Amino acid sequence: MSNLKNNKAICLYFQVHQPFRLKRYRFFNLGSDHYYYDDFNNESIMRKVAEKCYLPANEVLLKLISKHKDKFKVAFSISGIALNQFRLYAPEVLDSFKKLAETGMVEFLGETFSHSLASLKNREEFENQVIRHSSMMKEFFGVDPVTFRNTELIYSDEIGEWVSEMGFKAVLAEGAKHILGWKSPNFLYCNAANPRLKVLLRNFVLSDDIAFRFANKDWSEWPLTADKYATWIKKLSTEGELVNIFIDYETFGEHNWKETGIFDFLEHLPGAVMKKTPFKFMTPAEVAENLQPVSAINVNTPISWADEERDVTAWMGNELQVAAIDKLYSLYDRVKECDDESIKKNWDYLQTSDHFYYMATKFFSDGVVHKYFNPYESPYDAFLNYMNVLSDFEILLKRAFPVHEEDKIQQLEWELDIKEEKIKTLSKEIEKLKGTPVHRKGEAISGSGGGKPKETPPPEKAAAPKKESKTKKETAASDAKKPVGKAVKAAASSGKATKTVAPSGSAKKTAASEAKKSAGKATKTAGSSGSAKKTLRK
Amino acid sequence: MRVLMFGWEFPPHISGGLGTASYGLTKGMASLENIEVLFVVPKAWGDEDQTIVRLIGANRVPVAFKKIHFKGFKKGIEKIEIFSKVIPYTDPEDFWKKAGEEIAGYKLLVKTNSQGTVDFSGRYGSNLMEEIYKYSVVASVIAAENEFDIIHAHDWLAYPAGIAAMQISGKPLVIHVHATDFDRSGGNVNPDVYKIEKEGMDAASKIITVSNLTRNIVVNRYGIDPSKVETVYNAVEPLDNEDIHFEKGFNEKVVTFLGRITLQKGPEYFIEAAYKVLQRMGNVRFVMAGSGDMMERMIRRAAALKITDRFHFPGFLRGDDVFRMLAMSDVYVMPSVSEPFGISPLEAMQSNVPVIISKQSGVAEILTHAVKLDFWDIDAMSDAIYGILNYPALSSLFIKNGKEEVIRLKWENSARYVKEIYEEVLLNN
Repeated sequence: MSNLKNNKAICLYFQVHQPFRLKRYRFFNLGSDHYYYDDFNNESIMRKVAEKCYLPANEVLLKLISKHKDKFKVAFSISGIALNQFRLYAPEVLDSFKKLAETGMVEFLGETFSHSLASLKNREEFENQVIRHSSMMKEFFGVDPVTFRNTELIYSDEIGEWVSEMGFKAVLAEGAKHILGWKSPNFLYCNAANPRLKVLLRNFVLSDDIAFRFANKDWSEWPLTADKYATWIKKLSTEGELVNIFIDYETFGEHNWKETGIFDFLEHLPGAVMKKTPFKFMTPAEVAENLQPVSAINVNTPISWADEERDVTAWMGNELQVAAIDKLYSLYDRVKECDDESIKKNWDYLQTSDHFYYMATKFFSDGVVHKYFNPYESPYDAFLNYMNVLSDFEILLKRAFPVHEEDKIQQLEWELDIKEEKIKTLSKEIEKLKGTPVHRKGEAISGSGGGKPKETPPPEKAAAPKKESKTKKETAASDAKKPVGKAVKAAASSGKATKTVAPSGSAKKTAASEAKKSAGKATKTAGSSGSAKKTLRK
Repeated sequence: MRVLMFGWEFPPHISGGLGTASYGLTKGMASLENIEVLFVVPKAWGDEDQTIVRLIGANRVPVAFKKIHFKGFKKGIEKIEIFSKVIPYTDPEDFWKKAGEEIAGYKLLVKTNSQGTVDFSGRYGSNLMEEIYKYSVVASVIAAENEFDIIHAHDWLAYPAGIAAMQISGKPLVIHVHATDFDRSGGNVNPDVYKIEKEGMDAASKIITVSNLTRNIVVNRYGIDPSKVETVYNAVEPLDNEDIHFEKGFNEKVVTFLGRITLQKGPEYFIEAAYKVLQRMGNVRFVMAGSGDMMERMIRRAAALKITDRFHFPGFLRGDDVFRMLAMSDVYVMPSVSEPFGISPLEAMQSNVPVIISKQSGVAEILTHAVKLDFWDIDAMSDAIYGILNYPALSSLFIKNGKEEVIRLKWENSARYVKEIYEEVLLNN
């Protein structure tokens, strides 16, 4: 590998993902219909994309790999959801990816199983999903992912730390302008907290040239050829070491149809790059191993590759999205305990980021992409449908695992125990108070410990701050009635007359504590407070 | 620019959207420069707000023994004076006799009272056709006695008046279609009404429709040249009684239908949707406020569905009661089968109520922050009601965004478009 050292690298990574779209789920199905997916739509979209993109593009890549022996490499990140859809609807796509894996020239990246937003909501669930995805990569492609790419390239220092702790060596992120400032995305960086984690930043200009502008006839550079593109890359060689082209795999054949010449472009790109530029194709893992990071990159708040803002507002930008995500992850504790396969599956599928993307209201200004494959007429519609499904999922969850009912009972019993304890201690205090010469009538007593009248809430509130102790107090009060003294009289009358005096509770407390110290002192204090009230009354 | 505008209602004496819309537009025009509106209604009650517009009640215009000067009936016969075309009569029998013989001629017949003016009920009574006719007769008198540049007639009731004024003055006519008989009748079009509508559309230099939905009807059902028809959306008056705060006496959700209980408004779909929602949740009440020829049937349907304990018919609401009703509401539903525009959802949005509207309404063309569905889609309707009531984020976002959206719909903007249309008409005249 040393021959790769000090070399310039070009890194191609393609994202493969398709969500399980939800069927129209009406509220009156709640509790009775527990199947949420639009099979027809999911199957037909998967079939369509498989035939237009995955299969022909894989074929091109396979050809390129065998043509440019050991010199052409790519990386894929395939969501667990997409893999499940391949298994269900397009097993031949899975086979063709396996063939690519067998060449050894393809790196498979780690991501969340569900293409989820768990990294923004729940670390435990996030890690759990990453582990499951990794084992899936092992199962299907025989590899252990060492490079991580999060859903929609969502990245922050914190997320970087998490995946670093999980053993990943490198992570992909957006070369967002507001993060880079004057820095260039065309170098290798490392995580701000953990320098061992390398960060590869997307060159969004060159990436979007292919992904968004390729077929745009109004674009000044149209038509884009592999040769022209290679000259642009070459220009970067004087100032950069690394060119990261990160795009959705559907760019080939689906977003840009075959007729646009996108496959020809792909076919000629490696040759053109090798011929015209000093850049060598490397996988992200090779980049991380062979290039030196130039500095740490600070990302305090999460960035992504979406929209102009490059933030997470496409999924969590409005109240609907926040409410739906909060609701979803509030179910986490319950789901965690369950081992029902269908519940687990629904939990996975409902986490897919696309559901929240459909709820984005941003499309009123930032359109086209949000509407792509969007099954809903409006974000409101998307939210409504999702929440109905989620409500049913919650019903299902509660029904299947009533453990939480027991938990509740336990909780209540535990609370009862605490209250019992309180009652005991309070009765003891009362017992002690009985022994002192001063007796007070619980309900009416008022007066501050220090003998100074204070502004306080109405005595009836203060008299019974705890319901359960009230009965005890009352009995204590009735006990105290017998040896009625002057102080009691005074206190009772003053309690009636003035509402603006200290709570009886505190009076009792001080009285009790003082009683512990010395009975005589308590008498004095009580007496003085009584007289203070008398003056107040006047 | 002076505009002679014929309407049918003027606040506070309004019974529906037509009065609200024509008043709003007039008010919007008052804020523009170089434009003055003379607003004519069949009956002026005397308590109308005349600060923004000069209002003429046709019932107060003396017509007896008036000379009418036809200035431009047809090319070549300009300034030919025709005398006594309005023949006042007092005996109804006399009228029918004369009506028969005068049809071929130019004489206009109208019954006057002792002051020499014509009586109007100002309502939509059984003698509506007669009122429309009388209105057109008085319109020609008004047209002859006033100076103006252009005529603007609101809806079919005023088209004959507009045409009469046009014939007398030779000034161009713009008609404003707030609804067609296809909307009102649900397809069973009254041929007399259709004839009046069609005549108005043919006579007009330009037709303004309140939505593209209506524009399509005008083009397709009345066979009008599309280049002659333009859409100007309605707007909504800013809320001046925002303080109306009404505490519900109960802790339940309220879903409201507010409008005439007629075929056009789709009340039966509301009831069926209510039934579906009530199967699922208990703490909700449904209100169908308004009156109309389908009310009894709706009450019977609610009874048959056994939901009358949760479904209420408070009758027709007036003035502040409307806002009180809206203040109580958690969802507003307008399931209209055919609604040329529909201002009421805008009023609901102003009052912080999320709205569900049918796609068969003109207002659906301009609203983003509303649930839009087909009027017949009871499943979608009940689902939307349920969702708004049960998912607070949905409701709060609708309220927030809806309010912002509705604030932008100003009559001033509508008026500006209308003025542009006037200018275009005058240029081509």
